Amino acid sequence: MSERLYAIEVEVNGARRAAEVPVRMSLVDWLRDELRLTGTHVGCEHGICGACSVMLDGEPVRSCLMYAVQANGHRVTTVEGLAKPDGSMSALQDAFCETHGLQCGYCTSGMLIAAQALLDANPDPTGEQIRDAIGGNLCRCTGYQQIVEAVELAARRVRAK
Amino acid sequence: MKSAPFEYARAASLDEACALLAKHGDSAKLIAGGQSLVPMMAMRLVRPAFLVDINEIAALRFVTVEKDGARTGACARQCAVERDDALAARVPLLRQALAWVGHVQTRNRGTLGGSVAHADPAAELPLVARVLGAKMILRSAKGARTLDAGKFFAGPMSTSMQPDECLEAIHWPAWGEGRTGSAFTEIAIRHGDFAVVAAAAQVALDPGGRCTRAGLGLGGVGGTPLAFPEIASRLVGAKLDDEAIDGAASDAAKESDPGSDLHATKEYRRHLARVLAARALREARDRAMAA
Repeated sequence: MSERLYAIEVEVNGARRAAEVPVRMSLVDWLRDELRLTGTHVGCEHGICGACSVMLDGEPVRSCLMYAVQANGHRVTTVEGLAKPDGSMSALQDAFCETHGLQCGYCTSGMLIAAQALLDANPDPTGEQIRDAIGGNLCRCTGYQQIVEAVELAARRVRAK
Repeated sequence: MKSAPFEYARAASLDEACALLAKHGDSAKLIAGGQSLVPMMAMRLVRPAFLVDINEIAALRFVTVEKDGARTGACARQCAVERDDALAARVPLLRQALAWVGHVQTRNRGTLGGSVAHADPAAELPLVARVLGAKMILRSAKGARTLDAGKFFAGPMSTSMQPDECLEAIHWPAWGEGRTGSAFTEIAIRHGDFAVVAAAAQVALDPGGRCTRAGLGLGGVGGTPLAFPEIASRLVGAKLDDEAIDGAASDAAKESDPGSDLHATKEYRRHLARVLAARALREARDRAMAA
């Protein structure tokens, strides 16, 4: 079936990406299937699990609840955009490894986006604020405790710098 | 889990959005934050032929605090309203309710207008609109009109808006009384979900602690969010002691019309209605006493 295509231009992880997309293509499908940025995961596809979280203009949103065409003219950061420019991991990513903040890894990219957005806005969050920030992200492995520890550890390290 | 095909236009202005609605009529649907519409389209519960995107209309994103309340553009994001201290001081019930709405990721995208126009009978913001008597300012190519929240909500997921009308702004009234307190509470399966039952209350007290004005509402126990102006008016003149509050909560639960579903029986919902209405009234009273 041929569908009408819409031209979009989106800044993804600092690079301008131009494309033509069918209007019903979700932002997450465009990121994964067209740009091959497969760090962002597709979980429930209806806005419950948080696995597809990305930042839109610096704020975390669910990329399964947006059509790619709606991101036209905006700035998107995926988990690939969290690493340092040399490709090494961010303080938050290191902390997830050290505290065993992940097991299967499916929720991790969404957790990282939610937690990084929190730390960007609030470098010294309370445990309650951390739980609230990741409250929209489901994890079926860790029991969440190590994820909260990871965010606390990363916050301590970034503040100490 | 992919939406059916549709045509799409990004409206640059409210006039353009209204013109598109006038042209496409029933087959068109407005998309604001999309936090309810997109999943419904993904599950193909709705299949609009034409989607009019109003996200980029900057003129619909305003939040202004006025003497008699606050005015929010239909596309004001829930996160922006939640963070607005001046608005929270004038209409505290809005921030109190937003604490129960979704999650950070959905509030960053979700709008006040979208939530109200979606008219889920268990949603928090429509309940606030009912309890405060918010005014909905509607616009179409033919002109503008204002609807009271009581007339706006017509049934589950349905409003009195015509297919060619766009919600432009919402006026949230503030009470002029000095000692006013409000509260919002709910029971949901998980925090951030739509409520099984939600309750909202606002009361004003005179210097002696007697009630001079009261508002009470319940969500999740009828086809629309319910307000109980007569029950609330019977509280006026009373000391809001436990007896008066429990009586009003019990009357409201009796007047409510809950249904049964997978999550809760109607008996359990009616029980929650009574308990939560009393909790909201007590908390509102305590805040008014401290004001």
